[in-house]
Amino acid sequence: MSELPPFQALLDQHAEEVMGVLRGAVGRTDADDCFQETFLAALRGYPKLKDGSNLRGWLLTIAHRKAIDHHRANGRKPVPMAEPPEVPVEDPELKDGELWAAVGALPPKQQAAVALRYGSDLPHAEIAAALGCSPEAARRSLHEGLKRLRKELA
Amino acid sequence: MKAALQRLTERAEAEGLLDVAYANLDSPFGPLLLAATPRGLVRVNLPNQDPEQALEELAAKVSPRVLEAPARLDEARRELDLYFAGKLTEFALPIDWALTHGFRGKVQRAIERIPYGQTRTYTEIARRAGNERAVRAAGTACGTNPIPIVVPCHRVLRSGGGLGGYGGGLPMKEALLELEGVR
Repeated sequence: MSELPPFQALLDQHAEEVMGVLRGAVGRTDADDCFQETFLAALRGYPKLKDGSNLRGWLLTIAHRKAIDHHRANGRKPVPMAEPPEVPVEDPELKDGELWAAVGALPPKQQAAVALRYGSDLPHAEIAAALGCSPEAARRSLHEGLKRLRKELA
Repeated sequence: MKAALQRLTERAEAEGLLDVAYANLDSPFGPLLLAATPRGLVRVNLPNQDPEQALEELAAKVSPRVLEAPARLDEARRELDLYFAGKLTEFALPIDWALTHGFRGKVQRAIERIPYGQTRTYTEIARRAGNERAVRAAGTACGTNPIPIVVPCHRVLRSGGGLGGYGGGLPMKEALLELEGVR
């Protein structure tokens, strides 16, 4: 068994980054709630965690799930916008909630990649950093995720 | 960020997820690190001992859910401050013996009962722990005491009156005995 560091070390090293990612993913106002949910979930699962070699990736994955949960919960609420969009979305029948439900059904890596790309508008390199994988792997997860979404929602 | 972390610690405690809380305390001997579980004080780390290592040991042997949460240590800090000021002679803190086992545990419990301002020899402590001949083991048990000061291993001396050893260094042992009016 690899020994897990004191949980405080995870906070000291990664809390800022997790908060940053969440602010990007759900906005400044809701980031704090997602931050609490992320670290409480992490604390709950921590003693049973088998592999402590990529704690940053583990935390960021939890953060993305919490961000996705948040988007899902808000999926059917109207999103306030400064200006109305100029072009209609491709499928006016498709509601955000359904889209996020489909995103939520993707395998975890694909789910996180899609949420980070389109929910948080992150470039590939940052998605890779957040997921703790190579940019190629992130690109692949995103590609696979989108392919699957197109099929599901067609 | 500070507010978010504060809120997290409070929620973790409310949900029973704060297995080991720790805090720092400035003492006349230098910084102490104190750690407690919901059962009681589990570790006092002396100024010359590595605090990182102490936290890692707690994570490995008690629970990895270790968080800095000074509020949980308020009473321990208050009593230790009073002790260092010479205004407290008996700690009323609950103790969690999670870090001690077997004969060492028995020795440390025997040490806990030595009154303020008194000393015992390693041989007496070994006898009280149930094995008079295990003097060397009693010495080791003193040396590995996870809760020094509160479990007063500084009150254990050699039979000839020599100081013996101390995890916090002999000058600290001497100073504590002096504080208690022993030397």
